[in-house]
Amino acid sequence: MSRSHPIRNKTAIVGVGATPYYKRGRSEPQTLDELAEKAIIAAVEDAGLKMADIDGFASFGGGFDTPLLCEALGIPEIRYSAIVTGTGGGSAGSVGLAASAVISGMANTVVCVGGLQQNVQRYGTLMAAYPASPENAFFMTSGLFTPGHMFALLARRHMHLYGTTREQFGEVAISTRENAVRHPEALMRTPLTIDEYMASPLIADPHCLYDFCLESDGCVAVIVTSAERARDLQQLPVYVRAAAQGGASEWGRALYWMNMPDPVFASSGHETVARQLYEMADLKAKDIDVALLFDHFSSQVIMQLEDYGFCGRGEGGPFVQSGAIRWQGGSIPVNTHGGHLSSAYLWGMTHVREAVEQLRGAAVNQVAGANFALITGGPSSLPVSALILGRTI
Amino acid sequence: MTQQFSKNPPPVEIGSSQWTRPFWDAARQQKLVAPRCVACGTFRMPPTPFCPRCRSQEIDWVTLSGRGLVYSYTVVVKAILPGMEDCIPYMPAVIELPDASGVRLISNIVDADPAHIRIGQTVQVVWHTLPDGEVVPRFKCCAAQEDMT
Repeated sequence: MSRSHPIRNKTAIVGVGATPYYKRGRSEPQTLDELAEKAIIAAVEDAGLKMADIDGFASFGGGFDTPLLCEALGIPEIRYSAIVTGTGGGSAGSVGLAASAVISGMANTVVCVGGLQQNVQRYGTLMAAYPASPENAFFMTSGLFTPGHMFALLARRHMHLYGTTREQFGEVAISTRENAVRHPEALMRTPLTIDEYMASPLIADPHCLYDFCLESDGCVAVIVTSAERARDLQQLPVYVRAAAQGGASEWGRALYWMNMPDPVFASSGHETVARQLYEMADLKAKDIDVALLFDHFSSQVIMQLEDYGFCGRGEGGPFVQSGAIRWQGGSIPVNTHGGHLSSAYLWGMTHVREAVEQLRGAAVNQVAGANFALITGGPSSLPVSALILGRTI
Repeated sequence: MTQQFSKNPPPVEIGSSQWTRPFWDAARQQKLVAPRCVACGTFRMPPTPFCPRCRSQEIDWVTLSGRGLVYSYTVVVKAILPGMEDCIPYMPAVIELPDASGVRLISNIVDADPAHIRIGQTVQVVWHTLPDGEVVPRFKCCAAQEDMT
């Protein structure tokens, strides 16, 4: 007897749209708002809706200027506009926000939009742009200027606790690249070998160039409406099976704090969100057919595989080395679109898009018979977020 | 190839509040201190307005020995900001403070051969004065360990 949850299968993603993916700076002279508007127009068209049907916006990471989007797109009335707090951790969570708005009756048809344009601020030097504060004095003085520096400390601890190796981080980079090589929209389509990976100079030990995500520009939008309405629209509905966000205070500010107890320190901070998500979905890790894991760093893919129960705590390294995350022959194909590491880094939104394409049966690297997809939002400060989408109810 | 020993990272401006200023003031006196809750004895780092365990605002600033254990570290070998080149390589590290119940300080290991640093090894505080006169704690490997390497 399945336990019910009020969010389960009450809403669906009915449209998805995206701009082309650009290397950092190549999207100019378009503005970020223009990129968002192009993604929204494409999503509305994909759904077979009219722009006037849109009555809500849900976003994350600071979001977009809702009235500006309405003005540019000619949306007559908005009944809902909300943002998941935090940064990239909210990408999957924005779909949860949209679902909760539709289920509660606050809005009928909500757009979730996210993306980046790094011509002004490179995310790779993000913290250096912060003005001095009482809090950041405790990490900026040590020269931790980027997420790449910070996540290296977690990766190093994981290696110490469990014997995880650079070759295992490399397998994440290589398997993700394999998926990108076959995908016409991915930015990095040259195969990567383990020898090239190991020979690449370190940037922040133990991470080398290939452990870092790309720097990209572009936007992705998806449209969420009620499951009932979704069944009358032109696309196969992709149901929101479960959506969770938050996390434990043991993780908390995480990278800016570094006082997480073992084993939480060497994790992705997703453990409590994973537990909540599976309970909401009444599913387990073994039920997931494809995992779109927020891969800003290869090491964080390994830690998310542990937090989401695809393998035991500390076993993520050997798990990926066994070929488990490969599109062909893997027990849980990961980032079949090429992820942030090799397709484009649009703050988690390409992962949502790929999940929709997988469950429609229309993905480039289609996982045969994919019925449930897991999508995660960036391991970062709380909240982190996650989503399970389903082809069937 | 000349061995590169770890340097100090680029200087930054230190922001502070009434809750964190005592830490930086003590650093100017070359004293490593940590806030301990008067009510329940729990250490916390960085300093915050309330004890997360009991919500008390009363703090004892305990002077520590300056001994620490390397909890994790990275070696930054690529300059990502203008002017950073002269500071490469530097080693951000999370330092566990055993005489403050193991709370951790984000700091640096300086004057060390990065290849010889190990998690769990003992380090001792040293002091680094920034151009604006603020003083920040860094850590050096202890002599015994240097002999071992």
